[in-house]
Amino acid sequence: MTLADLGVSLCGIHLPNPLILASGILGTEAKLMARVARAGAGAVTAKSCSLLPRRGHPNPTVLAWEHGLINAVGLANPGVEAEVKELRQARALLQPLGTALIASIFADTVEHFAQVAALVIEAGPDLLEVNISCPNVHDEFGTPFAADRGAAAEVTAAVKEAAAGRVPVLIKLSPNVSDIAAIARAVEAAEADGISAINTVTGMVIDLHARRPILANRSGGLSGPAIHPLAVRCVYDIYEAVRLPIVGIGGVSSGRDAIEMIMAGATAVGIGSAVYEEGPEVFGRILREMADLMAELGYERVEQMRGVAHW
Amino acid sequence: MKPSLPQVARIVQIVDESPRVRTLVFDLSMAADPGQFVMAWLPGVDEKPFSLMRAQPVTLTIARVGPFSSAVHRLGVGDRLWLRGPLGQPFILPPIEAGQPPAGGTNGEALLLVAGGCGVAPLHFLAERARAQGWEVWVVIGAQTAADVILANRFAALGAQVRIATEDGSRGEQGLATDAAERLLHSTRFRMVYACGPEPMLEAVEGLAQRYRLPAQLSYERYMRCGFGVCGSCSRDGWLVCRDGPVRQVEIQREER
Repeated sequence: MTLADLGVSLCGIHLPNPLILASGILGTEAKLMARVARAGAGAVTAKSCSLLPRRGHPNPTVLAWEHGLINAVGLANPGVEAEVKELRQARALLQPLGTALIASIFADTVEHFAQVAALVIEAGPDLLEVNISCPNVHDEFGTPFAADRGAAAEVTAAVKEAAAGRVPVLIKLSPNVSDIAAIARAVEAAEADGISAINTVTGMVIDLHARRPILANRSGGLSGPAIHPLAVRCVYDIYEAVRLPIVGIGGVSSGRDAIEMIMAGATAVGIGSAVYEEGPEVFGRILREMADLMAELGYERVEQMRGVAHW
Repeated sequence: MKPSLPQVARIVQIVDESPRVRTLVFDLSMAADPGQFVMAWLPGVDEKPFSLMRAQPVTLTIARVGPFSSAVHRLGVGDRLWLRGPLGQPFILPPIEAGQPPAGGTNGEALLLVAGGCGVAPLHFLAERARAQGWEVWVVIGAQTAADVILANRFAALGAQVRIATEDGSRGEQGLATDAAERLLHSTRFRMVYACGPEPMLEAVEGLAQRYRLPAQLSYERYMRCGFGVCGSCSRDGWLVCRDGPVRQVEIQREER
């Protein structure tokens, strides 16, 4: 009964609830995405794909430390051609469940972003997320597009043109910048439909006996509880700066965390690292906690809470 | 389940099992069950999953198949490897129905273990536990040639019945492990079938278990990254080998009426 009240609209797409499986977590396979949908996700985001297949970085690539995860998978993916097949299958599995499908893309140049976008849209995703903020491919691609207003706007405009109004475009921003609100304003000016924030925070874990960073890529992206307040601040600042809907992502692992994101201004909430302790069932728990908290706080609909922390 | 960062472990003993397989014993113990695995990291080389051959002390049986395992084979006593785990779901022994088993004896029921390649390692760990609980243990070790048969004497030392099947017939019965397993299933009453090895073998064992109306537990292998169910690298049609497995429980399927 309570779950029916959690529905939200994101860029005009109805989500049965505001919880979205964040990109890079369990989004590798159609049946896996369907499993997460059955566990309660309102939308699932596929793992980012590129024009050509990528092996990613050698292991170690993903580690759990005391307060979250750190990863440098290096955008391993089967390439857009294989991804389209997987997304088509995922769409067929998700549709009966009412769960939205979000495709995620990345590329090394503005032109390639447009190309991958045009190809991936053929699979019919409900939304398209543009990953301009992976912190783990710096050696190969240089500074992420998300670190520069001009570059972020250029990618946004190119993908929007490729999307040609067929699918709403979310731009995923990086917290590894001095002024995330300025980047948000730039992608809004370039006509993004929404913003996902945040991607992981660059970090490093060193093994004392090996006397070297554990990740093969040396540095990686932090996620999980450690980054949650940082993510809330980013969403808060973006909400102040732009009128676009925001998918708030970063260390959400409870109903309390999710509602905090929404009060900061998020329309929907990404869940990623929280999967590591409980598995996909974490979605059901967070939804139950949200419903209980909303009753306690006197809210009937999710949107009533959106942005209330701004005064 | 709370995964952790890698722990440094020093090799205290090395046993050559065959020309290409060696067992490494570490100065580290873990609270782990048979079928669980660790991610083994060699700084500057790679990190790969290995089923535990024993947890106290941690013991790994590793075949030389690629750059990582070759690098591990170059390590000597005193050298270090970094391990995180235990990870994954273990093999489960059936509940003992007739009370406590007699010390050193059997509880009157038998388990069938079918091992292919390095699949013998976790099954040896399982056999050790099962024998301690008084189970009668039968193990079929499948290999290509006599030189690839490993751990047979160790199983025998545990008091397990050992059958060997080699594809070229150079040791034991000629044929596949599953052929030998089928002969045992025909002549002996088992309570559960356990298997670890190449996927075609697991598929065949699953078929056999269904045919003989036995539950089975099968251990799978996949390329892994996180090892704890987050990255999706090891998904097998939505089933995560690292977190839901590596051991898959197969119930007896109801017969169609």
